[in-house]
Amino acid sequence: MKKTVINQMRLEFVAISENECFARQVVSAFAAELDPTLEEIADLRVIISEAVTNCIVHAYKGRPIGTVDIAVRCYDDRTLRIRIRDRGCGISDIERCMEPLYTTDPDGERGGMGFPIMKSLADKLSVVSHPDKGTLITITKKFGRHDA
Amino acid sequence: MKTAGVKCESDGKVMTVTIDGDIDHHSAKYIREQIDKAIFYCRPKEMIMELGEVSFMDSSGLGLILGRFTKMRELGGKLILSNPTKQTEKILSLAGIGKLIEIIRGEKASASGKAKA
Repeated sequence: MKKTVINQMRLEFVAISENECFARQVVSAFAAELDPTLEEIADLRVIISEAVTNCIVHAYKGRPIGTVDIAVRCYDDRTLRIRIRDRGCGISDIERCMEPLYTTDPDGERGGMGFPIMKSLADKLSVVSHPDKGTLITITKKFGRHDA
Repeated sequence: MKTAGVKCESDGKVMTVTIDGDIDHHSAKYIREQIDKAIFYCRPKEMIMELGEVSFMDSSGLGLILGRFTKMRELGGKLILSNPTKQTEKILSLAGIGKLIEIIRGEKASASGKAKA
């Protein structure tokens, strides 16, 4: 059966670190209508934070600061689809970014765990990236599978 | 906007660092600076990082913890994590931090908290 969109929203903000907290608060507030558990909301907040931090730390490094676009859709099967896009430098080696502890910024004390954590907390994660055009991350998170 | 607070107390040997609020990339820099300043002045043998009041942590928190772990080891000291919340615990275990750094919970954690008072 084809799933139906029940709500959607878009958010655009400047890629500065002050907006990391803002982004995860907005998306988790929007997701509230799918009635997630506390743990599911906590996971969602981490996913958004990791993705947005990547845009802020890496995408516009050494170039004028641009924006981060987030588009979120809620479906009637209690699935959330989140698309996070930047128009920055792009990722040259996506495979390596998925490896734990891989980082392009070893002095930044960042740990290289952003993508691995996103991958383990999301149900689906896909990355499309083009050099100098930017990166689009699509995440799917399904709620309500762990009802106690 | 400051999203996290940090308090460092030392008895000369043990330094307790209490963090509250959200640990993300934005707040990690401030927290790191405060802790490193306190390490420089107090030169503790042991640092207990009290995480019970942390409302959110992402991989930036892992970077912060691993960086302080390395720093304490270089100084011949030790880092202990105390009372992580359920959410923090999940991030710590995804990164396998428990294999590297001691984590204390519950009564043991409050006993070490009393010792510093």
